[in-house]
Formats: sequence, structure tokens, C-alpha cells
Amino acid sequence: MNTTTSPRGLTGTVTRAAVALKWAASDVLTVARRNLMALIRIPTSLVFTMLQPVMFVLLFRYVFGGAIKTSDPGGYVNFLIPGILVQTTVFGAVNTAIGLAEDLQRGLIERFRALPMARSAVLMGRTVSDLFRNVLILIVLTLVGFAVGFRPHGGVVAYFQASALMLMFAFCLSWGFAYIGLAAPNSETAQAMTFPLVFPITFASSIFVPPTSMPSWLQGFAENQPVSQAAHAVRGLMLGTPHGNASWITLGWAIAALVILAPLATRKYRRAA
Amino acid sequence: MSDYAVQVRDIVKTFRKGSVRALDGVSLDVPRGQVFGLLGPNGSGKTTMVRILSTVLAPDSGSATVGGFDVVKQADAVRRTIGLAGQFATVDENLTGYENLRMVGRLNHMTTKLVLARTHELLGQFGLDDAAHRPVKTYSGGMRRRLDLAAALVAKPPLLFLDEPTTGLDPQSRQDLWAVIESLVEDGVTVLLTTQYLEEADRLAKQLVVLDHGKIIAQGTPSELKANLGNTVLSLTFATTDDALRGVELVREVSEKPVNVDGTVVELTVSSGPAAAADALRRIDGAGIGLKGLDLREPSLDDVFLNLTGHKADDEVASPLVDAKRRGRKVAP
Repeated sequence: MNTTTSPRGLTGTVTRAAVALKWAASDVLTVARRNLMALIRIPTSLVFTMLQPVMFVLLFRYVFGGAIKTSDPGGYVNFLIPGILVQTTVFGAVNTAIGLAEDLQRGLIERFRALPMARSAVLMGRTVSDLFRNVLILIVLTLVGFAVGFRPHGGVVAYFQASALMLMFAFCLSWGFAYIGLAAPNSETAQAMTFPLVFPITFASSIFVPPTSMPSWLQGFAENQPVSQAAHAVRGLMLGTPHGNASWITLGWAIAALVILAPLATRKYRRAA
Repeated sequence: MSDYAVQVRDIVKTFRKGSVRALDGVSLDVPRGQVFGLLGPNGSGKTTMVRILSTVLAPDSGSATVGGFDVVKQADAVRRTIGLAGQFATVDENLTGYENLRMVGRLNHMTTKLVLARTHELLGQFGLDDAAHRPVKTYSGGMRRRLDLAAALVAKPPLLFLDEPTTGLDPQSRQDLWAVIESLVEDGVTVLLTTQYLEEADRLAKQLVVLDHGKIIAQGTPSELKANLGNTVLSLTFATTDDALRGVELVREVSEKPVNVDGTVVELTVSSGPAAAADALRRIDGAGIGLKGLDLREPSLDDVFLNLTGHKADDEVASPLVDAKRRGRKVAP
């Protein structure tokens, strides 16, 4: 905190930057904490957030699963669960759009803008709290997966690697959803706007079925699009099966998304009224 | 240092790619240590002005300083100088009153110890002790406004922007909030207050600016403005619109202020109510026209507008508030 000793020198500049960074981090945590409080205060929303992926698990495990043939060791349930984990974390990014649209609509962002806090903290706090939310969902869904017969053999370390990879992927993606939330007139529209985006990338993918069963014009997309790559990687890591460069490609997509989407969202935040 | 807490020069702000001029070359000076009122109907540009001065919006052109800092180039210093409360800035429904104040304190970069002390002090001062640990969604409208104001005060800013702080409040809550604002000014705080209520401006503001269509159409002390207006409004209701139109010609000379016709109702602002009423009655009776009703009342903001602009305050549907409308917030009736 001591910036007065050498106000003009390099040390002074570095110290001031360090102080600014410390406050920026504190602002991000304050905003993230506030977002997570809402999760605790409205427990029903958390329950329904959890319920949807669990329904997907049960639906595909017991209703559709019997008709889907896969070559993975352990049968379809081992194919399905890593896919649904990826789908759910990607769906979690929708929450980023809804949360920001709501804050904007209610005037909370107006208050934040008039405070001497870090400009980046509102968006960063939102994406960070949604990351935490995804961690919670991932834990619950993993337990549900084990209960319905999911038996991965990739080892504990690989399991954590896979989880970290998809959390990071969803985090980077959520910056794009932040942009949507800031562009939408209200939270209902924000949610509706994310649907045409989220559905194709999660269903025209290798999440629920192997793309080889799809028509050829769709296969190319379904095989190579980023969410499929993430599903490949997560599945390969968890099951201990070969997955080529999928982890690196997923990481590449994530970083590319962050580099492009984060500045776009930040710019939108500065301008959104 | 300047004697003025806020100085605004030729601010222009347009919305919808320039088609709506929310502020059209406004300049004003807000002296330190008093309440300065920004009076006007919905859509007159009041809120846009507050948003520019609180660094939420950037002006298209013109300049403004707040506490000596430029609102565009030194936005962060401005944010450390001000507190913002009112219709658009708000509190978090899901947090308790205590948590809301603590969050704002943290985001003001105050030490934890100071935040706690200030939070307790403000909860007590605003009568929210009992509700401190209840989520805000259980609060009444008056309690929310008090918490909103408390949130603006956490960092003890020397300058406070209050955007229609009492709109939608019941009379008792309004009185309570006025008393709080008065005590703040006694402590040396400068307040920029926007309001649609003449009564509110009259009670609180030392100086007033009246905005309409993004321009200043009048300024002065409340008593100066009212002196220009006349003391009483004489309202005459006729049986038919034809009678009303004939009536206008008859009573035109009763007052030197313009006469307003709205359907069967004719209104004019007069300095002496009873004398003017008697005069008007004589003229109408003499012409053999029947009256359905006669009323004498205090001038309202509508009357100020009528006299200053020739149109009523709610003639237009708040077009400069497009940004607010887009967000589904309050829109003019």
C-alpha cells in the first residue's frame, strides 16, 4: 500500500499497479460472492439447475440408450456421461447471459458503474461465479453418473484433468454469452437468444451419439466443431481411451474464444446503457 | 478550488443515432453545500443528466466537472466523489440490507473495519436495524428507497445524486426521506436532486433548473419560479366543447397568462383566485352560457410547464428515455 516513498520512480509505478490489481481481484471476488449468494437465497433455482442434466442422464441412459450402439468399453453409459458433463457445463454458460441481463434490467449495473471499482469486475465476477456453479453441478452429475453405472478407467488424475478442461472451456465460452446478456433487452430474451446457439452445438455433436450415425453433410460439422472436440477429449481422458489431439484442440478453441469474446464483451459492457 | 460542486457546459446527448436529443446544450452550475433541483417531466432529460454526471453515460459533446474532476477524463476520481441513488440505481433483491451495504463498501475499496462501522451506523440512521438481516425482497417500497440512499452514503461522498428519490412513495415515506436529505445537507453534503414534484423541489431545493425536451427553459429559486407563475389556477368546466371555446374568448382578459383549453375544461393561472373567479363568472353569465363546474387550486408542475412551454408536462411519451424503455424500466404515462 505504500506508494508515497517513490511516487515517480519505477517502484512507485509497480506498487501502484500492484495495488490496482489487488483491488481489481477484490472487486471480482465481491461481485462473484454476491452472485453466489443469489444461488443460496433462491435454492429452488439451484435444484432445477441440477434437475435438468439429471433428467438428461436418465432419459439417455434408460430411454434412448438401448437403441444407441457405441464401441466404447463399458457400453453406452460410459459414452454418455462424459458427453452430458460437457453439455451441462456448456449450458451453464447460458446462466452468464441471464444473470447479466437481469442485473442490467434491474439497474444494479448502473450502481456498479458509478462506483470506483475495477471496470472488468462485473463481467469477471459473473463468469467466475458461473465457473463455481459449474463445479457444483459437475460434482453432483458425476455422482449421478456413478449411480447409473458410469465406470471410467482413465484414473483419478485424468478425471480431474478432464474436469478442469471442460470447466475452462465453458468459462471461456461464457464470455460470448456475457455479450448476449448485455445485448438483450431483458433476461427472458437473453435466455431465448442463447437457445439457437446452444442447441446445435450440443446436439449436432458427439455428445449423445457418435457422429458416424448422422448424414454425411452433418458429420463433418458434428465431428470437428469445438464442443465435439471437448467431448472427445473429456471422454478419452476419463475412459483412458485414445483421443488424438482433442485435448489440445479444445484448449486451443477455449483460448481463442477467450481472446476474441472477452474483449467484445468488455467493450459491450462499457457501452451498454 | 471552485465554489461549484458541479459545472456543466453545453452538454449534448442523443439517442437512437441522433434522432432523439435527450440533452440539447445544457449548462448549469451547482453550488456547494445545498440542494440543487433539476425539475422536469418524464423524458425531459433529467435522468440522462444524472447518468452523465455519475459517469454512467458519456456525453456526445460538451464538458462537465464533478468535484473539480472531468466526468470523461477523470471518471474514476468522480466515482470516488459521488453517491448515486434513485429510480435506476438499485439494491440487490437477494441480499440482505446489511449485505448490500457491505458490498457497496467493499466496492468503494474501504477497509473491512470501516465498512462494518459505516454499515451499522447507516442501518441505525435509516431505521433498518430490525430488517438488516432480511433479504431486500421482503422490504417495503419506502425501506428499499432508504436502503438505496444508505448505499449511496456508505463511502461518505461529499456529493450526492438523487434521481427522483421519492417517486412512487407514500406521503409518510416521502416526508421521512425529505428529512434525511435535509439533515445530510446540514452536514455539508451537496445534493443534486431530480424530481417531477414541484412540492419536493420547493421544500428541498435552494436553486432550480427546469428542463424540457433536453433544454433549460427556466431557472432560479423556487419562489422566483412561483412568482412568475401566479398563485392559483382557476379551472372552469363547461357543458360542451363549443361552450368552452366561446368561454375562452370571454375569460381571456381575466389573466395575463395564457389560457388552456382541454375538451370542456378551461384553465387559467391567476394571482388572486376569488376576484378572478367572480370576474370570470360575471363574463360567462353575461353571455348566457351555463357552467358545469368551477374550481380553484394550487398550481402544479403541469401548470408551470403550461406557462413556460405552452404544452402539458405529459404531452409526449418520454422519447428521450429510449434507453430506459429498452430495459423495460419506468416509462412515462
